[in-house]
Amino acid sequence: MSNDTIKTRVPATARKGEVIEIKTTIGHDMETGQRQNASGQTIPRRIINKFVCTYNGKEVFVTDWYPGIAANPYMAFFLRAEESGTIEMAWHDDDGSVYTTSSEITVS
Amino acid sequence: MSDTTDLKALSRRQVILAAGCGALVASGLALAPRAARATPADADSLQAALIGDAKPIDGKVSLRMPKVPDNGASVPFTVSVDSPMTEEDHVKSIHILAEGNPAPAVASYHFTPASGRAEVSGRMRLAQSQNVRALAMMSDGSVYQTVQNVTVTIGGCGG
Repeated sequence: MSNDTIKTRVPATARKGEVIEIKTTIGHDMETGQRQNASGQTIPRRIINKFVCTYNGKEVFVTDWYPGIAANPYMAFFLRAEESGTIEMAWHDDDGSVYTTSSEITVS
Repeated sequence: MSDTTDLKALSRRQVILAAGCGALVASGLALAPRAARATPADADSLQAALIGDAKPIDGKVSLRMPKVPDNGASVPFTVSVDSPMTEEDHVKSIHILAEGNPAPAVASYHFTPASGRAEVSGRMRLAQSQNVRALAMMSDGSVYQTVQNVTVTIGGCGG
């Protein structure tokens, strides 16, 4: 499932062996399950609990998120560019939805 | 408000009694488990669940974040570990724990040698002034840690 609020920055080209920085954000309330609405009922938890980055089909970076991650989660991490191909990212929502995006990278 | 008219009809003693009951109810609510803050002991038990029996050694991990953030709802942080990130010697996971949050777990990051650099940035919520721990699990089974004290003036967990 695509999501309009995903923004990622992946370099389009890299030298072989270069360590590249990837920046990501997704729009999400990251509802903690601690808050109450005006009538005193607890608002149920709904967060993105998992982020997975794959590089040419191989899982290279996986994160588990908890309610301690701020709303509209931003994350920056690194990958070693070894071959041209696709970098795919997936955000897993508590409600079962998976939001994905992918970028092409040319390694010379 | 209808409450005000009701109060007028009550004697002074009744009002004081009612106020006392209100305070009792309020303190009872504060003691209810779901309203409780995590303590360093909660963070310790979570830490034990995450890293097992390993004894964390101070060093190698660096946790950079503001000492006095503007707003606890979104506190930027960068955690990095001094590691060559080769097949033989790399960082497997970094766990972030906030000792004073309603739930101490913040995030776990799992690296591979393809990561190239054991560094990640994000933004966390902090409910109050507290210590934030970063634990790094290395491929050889050793665990390194760092602790950073953060002063929070505006809490970030709502409610």
